[in-house]
Amino acid sequence: MNEILKLHYVVDGNNFSLAGQAASDVKKMLKTLGMAPDVIRRVSIAMYEGEMNMVIHADGGEIDVDVTPKAVVMRLADRGPGIADIDLVMQEGYSTAPDDIRALGFGAGMGLPNMKKYSNDLKIESQLGIGTTITMRVDINSRG
Amino acid sequence: MKNKDLLDALSCTVLCPGNLDKEIKGCYIGDLLSWVMGRAQEGDIWITIMNHVNVLAVASLADVSCVLLAEGVTMEEPVLQKAQEQNITVLQSSKTAYQLAACIAQLL
Ligand SMILES: Nc1ncnc2c1ncn2[C@@H]1O[C@H](COP(=O)(O)OP(=O)(O)OP(=O)(O)O)[C@@H](O)[C@H]1O
Ligand SMILES: [Mg+2]
Repeated sequence: MNEILKLHYVVDGNNFSLAGQAASDVKKMLKTLGMAPDVIRRVSIAMYEGEMNMVIHADGGEIDVDVTPKAVVMRLADRGPGIADIDLVMQEGYSTAPDDIRALGFGAGMGLPNMKKYSNDLKIESQLGIGTTITMRVDINSRG
Repeated sequence: MKNKDLLDALSCTVLCPGNLDKEIKGCYIGDLLSWVMGRAQEGDIWITIMNHVNVLAVASLADVSCVLLAEGVTMEEPVLQKAQEQNITVLQSSKTAYQLAACIAQLL
């Protein structure tokens, strides 16, 4: 696939204040590659939302990022509770975030809608009790 | 307009200098992080009353020009240290978000 860069992150589900580090690191790497600011911003936002969801809703997980000449592909896999109704969680405003997390400004129910908005393709595979894998692709040459 | 131009114009306090030369393009107000992440534009001043460490990730990834804490909200020293590491400007004012936005509207 002519890869330029492959990155792998383990996201700690217990360290709330470190959450977002993987997204920040990817942002730095893409900047170094000289990628367009618009692409970097879309990847950063989509990945941050996915990473936060892993920490808040799924006790952490692992993220793989593949950069090719055409696109940035992010694969976020967790062994959390899984998602029963994908259409429901994709709705703006739907959230099961607990109160203590809401007090910090999370739980607007906008994370997944943002991931859809800022990526060119979003795929959710989930099995209850087993986990969730989310794959997002941000194209380098076209706007989403 | 740059971050440093806000200091006099709004008479706000610098909690963390970050990049005072960063260009300002607009302004966004909000405390729900994903909402801000989805709606704030690159180069916006971000007015909020949220002051914990996750604010920095949002500010950096959404590429806002600075974090402007309203109503005298402060930020703890360890969080400010992280802001400096990430080159994020954090300003503070005793004014409300409304008063700040009204002033900024005159400047932009
Ligand atoms: N990885 C996941 N595993 C299990 N459930 C998830 C996962 N990601 C999201 N969800 C469910 O989907 C809901 C909606 O997610 P979304 O990111 O849109 O909003 P939120 O995380 O609740 O709030 P916000 O992202 O606005 O801070 C969550 O509240 C949660 O119930
Ligand atoms: Mg979320």
